[in-house]
Amino acid sequence: MSEILLEARDLARHYRLPRTSLFHPSPVVRAVDGVSFELLRGRSFGIVGESGCGKSTLARLVMALEPPSAGSVRLLGCDLTRLPAGELRRLRSQFQMVFQDPFGSLDPRHTIGRAVGEPLSLLGDADGAARAERVAEALAAVGLSPADRAKYPHEFSGGQRQRIAIARALITRPALIVADEPVSALDVSVRAQVLNLMQDLQDRNGLTYLFISHDLAVVEYVCDEVAVMYLGRIVERGPTQAVFRRPAHPYSRALLDAVPRPEPGRRRRRRQLAGQVGSATERPAGCAFAPRCPLAEPRCRTQAPALRPLDEGRFAACHFAEAMLAG
Amino acid sequence: MSSPAALAGRGVLRRALRHPSFASGGALTLLLVGVAALSLAWTPHSAYLIQVRQRLLPPSGLHWLGTDTLGRDVLSMLMVGAQNSIMVGVVAVSIGLTAGVALGLLAAARRGWVEEAVMRLADFGFAFPAILLAILFTAVFGPSAVNAIIAIGIFNVPVFARIGRAAANVVWAREFVLAARAAGKGRLRITLEHVLPNILPILVVQATIQFAIAILAEAALSYLGLGTQPPNPSWGRMLNEAQTMIFTAPLLAVFPGIAIALSVLGLNLMGDGLRDLVDPRLARAR
Repeated sequence: MSEILLEARDLARHYRLPRTSLFHPSPVVRAVDGVSFELLRGRSFGIVGESGCGKSTLARLVMALEPPSAGSVRLLGCDLTRLPAGELRRLRSQFQMVFQDPFGSLDPRHTIGRAVGEPLSLLGDADGAARAERVAEALAAVGLSPADRAKYPHEFSGGQRQRIAIARALITRPALIVADEPVSALDVSVRAQVLNLMQDLQDRNGLTYLFISHDLAVVEYVCDEVAVMYLGRIVERGPTQAVFRRPAHPYSRALLDAVPRPEPGRRRRRRQLAGQVGSATERPAGCAFAPRCPLAEPRCRTQAPALRPLDEGRFAACHFAEAMLAG
Repeated sequence: MSSPAALAGRGVLRRALRHPSFASGGALTLLLVGVAALSLAWTPHSAYLIQVRQRLLPPSGLHWLGTDTLGRDVLSMLMVGAQNSIMVGVVAVSIGLTAGVALGLLAAARRGWVEEAVMRLADFGFAFPAILLAILFTAVFGPSAVNAIIAIGIFNVPVFARIGRAAANVVWAREFVLAARAAGKGRLRITLEHVLPNILPILVVQATIQFAIAILAEAALSYLGLGTQPPNPSWGRMLNEAQTMIFTAPLLAVFPGIAIALSVLGLNLMGDGLRDLVDPRLARAR
C-alpha cells in the first residue's frame, strides 16, 4: 500500500448569510459538512456531484485558500489548517491548483512566462536564467513552445490556456494537483487532449490528482477512486469501477442514470429524480437525500445514515446500501 | 483587418493617433500645455501690466483678444492663467490619486472593519460640500493658490478611494487572484502585481476627469476670491472681474469661459480615449 498523501478529516465549511429579518438568526449555509477522505500518492481521486453540492468549496479548503469551520487537512503529515502562514507558503510548492475557467485564471496583463513562473517567485531558489529555464521546461511539458512565454493570455485558445494553467501548476514539481472542473469549460474536442495530457504528466511525474467534476464520463476516465457528494456530504465513496458499475447509494444511481450511454440493444430504465435539490441552509433531520429518494422510508427522515464500509473498499451513507448492492 | 501581431507592431503612438477621441482630446490638452509652456517664455504683452488708458479695448491687431477693465492684455492673461490651471490640476490630482488609491487598495485587500472605516471616511468626505471645505480651509489658512490646491486635493481623496476600492474588489474576486494566492502570494504582492495593474486604466480615466474637475474647482474658488490672488492671472478671477462688465464688454467673460470649457472637454475626451488604448484586449481587437 502506498503512502497517504492527503487526508481530510471531518472537513466543514459553513457560510453565514445576511439575515433575512431582524428577529431571525442569520441563516447558515453548510457548503461542506463533515467530509473525510484519504488520497494515496500517485492516484487520482474524483469528486462528483451536481452544482452547489460543495465540490468547489472542498477544493478551496484542500488548497488552504479558505479556513475550514471545522476539521483538518493533512498533506505530507502537516496540518494545513494549523500551519503558520510562512510555512504554509513554503509548503504550497507541494500542492497546486488548476482552475475551471482558463479565461479567468490567468491575469490578462501578465505574459505567459510571468504567469507560469508565478509559483516559483516564492521559492527563492529559482531566479533569472534558472527561472526562465524552468518556465520553458514546464511549457514544453504541456506541448507549448518556449517562445510563447512573451505572449499574453488572450492570444491563446481555451485548450491552450488550460495547458498554460497546467504548466503553471507543474512548475514547482508538486506532489498534489487539485483540478477543479479542469475541462468543463473546454470544447468537447479539446477535452480528451487535456485529459490525456494530465494522465501523461501523472505517469511521468508520479502526480496525485484531486479531480473535481460534475462530468461522470471524465471522472470515470481519469480517476481510480471516486466520491459522490450531495449537499456538502459524501454519500458514497469507492473504487471508480465499483461505484460506476454497481452504485450503492440511490443518489449515485440517479446520477449515473442521468448520463446518456450509447449502448445499443440495452434499454436502461431511467429513474428520474423528483423534487428540488434540498437547501443547504435547512438540512432535514434525517438523510439529506430522503425528500427526493425513491427508496425513502419513514426512518430515513428521522435517522441520518452514517457513511459505513461495504465490500471492495467501498463506503456508502444509505440505510439500504446492502439491499442496493444485492438488487 | 490585419493580424493582431501586425497591429501590435505598428506601435502605440500610431494606434493612439488613430483613435478619434484620444486624438482630438490630446490635441486640445497639448494646446493647453503648449500655451502654458509658451507663456513661460513669451506673451504678446505683459499679463501684469496695467494701462488704464487702454482699458476695455475690443479685439484688434495689437490686442488680439482685447483688454480688460485695467487695460491688461486678455490673451496674455489667458496664457499665464493656463500655467495656473495646469499646476492646480497636476498637484490636486496627485494628492488625491496617491492618498485615495492607497486607501482604496488597503480597503479592498483587508476587507472587514478596515474597509468599513475607509469607506465611512470617504462618505464623510463626500458629504462635506467641496466649496465649504475650501472656504473653511482658506478661512483658517488664508486665501492663496496653494491652499486652494490642497483643498481641491483633499476633495479628490475620497473620489479615488471609492473608485480604487470598487475596481480593486472586482479584481480580487477574479480567479487569477485566487490562483496567485494558491501560488503563495500575500496580499501586498497581489495588490501590487495583480490588482494595481488591472485597475490602472480606470484610475487613468478618472484622473483625467478629476483633472478637469480640479480646473473647474480652481476657477470657482478664484471666482469667489479664495484661490489665486491678484496680480497672478487665473481664469476664474478673470470671469469674476468680467462679471461686472457683462453688458458693456461681454467678450471679457466669453474668452476665459471658452478656455475653461476647451480644457475640460479636451481632458475628458483624452480620458475616454486612454481607457480604450490602455486596455490591451480592446486595443488589439481594434
